[in-house]
Amino acid sequence: MGGASKSKLNLKLKLWRQKNAKDKGYFMDYDVKGISTEASFLEMLDVVNEELVKKGEEPVEFDHDCREGICGMCSLVINGNPHGPDGATTTCQLHMRRFKDGDSVTVEPFRAGAFPVVRDLVVDRSALDRVIQAGGFVSTATGTAQDANCLPVPKDKADRAFLAAACIGCGACVAACKNASASLFVGAKVAHLALLPQGEAEREKRALAMVHQMDAEGFGGCTNTGACAAACPKEISLEHIAILNREFLKASLLER
Amino acid sequence: MSHHCLTQTKIGKKYLVALTGLGLSLFVLMHMLGNLLILVSPEAYNKYGHALTSNPGIYLAEVGLVAILFVHLALAMKLTRENWKARPVGYAVVSSGEKATSLTTRSMWAQGILIFVFIIHHLITFKFGPHYEVEYGGVMMRDLHRLVIEVFQNPLYVAWYLVALFALAFHLSHGVKSSIQTLGIHHPRYFNKFKMAGILYSVLVGVGFMSQPLYVFLIYKG
Repeated sequence: MGGASKSKLNLKLKLWRQKNAKDKGYFMDYDVKGISTEASFLEMLDVVNEELVKKGEEPVEFDHDCREGICGMCSLVINGNPHGPDGATTTCQLHMRRFKDGDSVTVEPFRAGAFPVVRDLVVDRSALDRVIQAGGFVSTATGTAQDANCLPVPKDKADRAFLAAACIGCGACVAACKNASASLFVGAKVAHLALLPQGEAEREKRALAMVHQMDAEGFGGCTNTGACAAACPKEISLEHIAILNREFLKASLLER
Repeated sequence: MSHHCLTQTKIGKKYLVALTGLGLSLFVLMHMLGNLLILVSPEAYNKYGHALTSNPGIYLAEVGLVAILFVHLALAMKLTRENWKARPVGYAVVSSGEKATSLTTRSMWAQGILIFVFIIHHLITFKFGPHYEVEYGGVMMRDLHRLVIEVFQNPLYVAWYLVALFALAFHLSHGVKSSIQTLGIHHPRYFNKFKMAGILYSVLVGVGFMSQPLYVFLIYKG
């Protein structure tokens, strides 16, 4: 941890400002004073925005929702790192005690052709939703819920599926990848459903459809650098990309 | 659903880059091991070369190798261009720390270009270089040993070879383990062993190859 000696920090912030998707955008410097080390990174930005609103300036737009690390809404690339410097952490769970008094902090939006900037630090991540719509679902019967445990799932499979299902779809893997590849996200989704009996019926179709949609959205390819897994706040491992690779290979070869 | 061509997708192209890469990795290992005969004797070295080039299968092997190299290069370049296009606006600050991407993986394309230039130059120097002859037991054959000794008297040649071989070693250190992962082979029980094996492989091939120009330049006395 970055040994903050005081409980209040002064920071030199460099924030990305961009009016809309067509605007070129620029970095704006902000001197921020008296930030509590107890504050989260997003709360620090709230303080910045309060000051801006008081001065009659436009606040800095950024995405956030649950602020407890489970919704996948917050983003930001902080000093080059998606969700900041720590592993297994979302931006909302990054705290200012991680910084030192006088630090320079550059905040950029997640960068990818498939994630156009909406405004300031907000990017449109609906490309990931369209990948899910292409195949990241299971078809089930409606009506009364069936009895619990009537679909037996071995414990080890359930655990592995759960590890994959931990993906919150934040897109940090795309932001971290030098190729802006969504392979870890798609790998987590494909692996999650391929491990469960509920996902079996559409298994091949899913792998094909999601991979084709991933390409169509303009995400890059995987070159196995491992940056995605390092940046993933839910510690989705590279094994999921290997699972995606073999699910897609099998589905392609067996496609009728 | 309509049928898709596997290689239309980025993953499909990557399978081929991985397969051809593993093929080329095996080739450089065999090449390196054959070259080590220079440490044995001029006769052993020349006879090995003669055995390879006098076999009619050599043409098939050469065409195959060129085809594999071409597929590897062409698809890797296509993927690299697509990957660059996937991030039209880059970051102002490059990641450092645990979320950073290693220089080796970031520069695979540059290593590839350097290795390709080296291969062309290497073929011009040796395969299509001066044709000396020597006779062993009544059989005339090419005296490649003499050419190797001559070429590696030049320190610039030695330095250029070392640079190219470092690039090859780094290329292998990422390429071998990455190819295995691309082909969908990953299990927590042996993932780290594969990673280690890839690095050992690159060190073995790199050091093995480098030993030859260094041996000629520093130790060989004729």
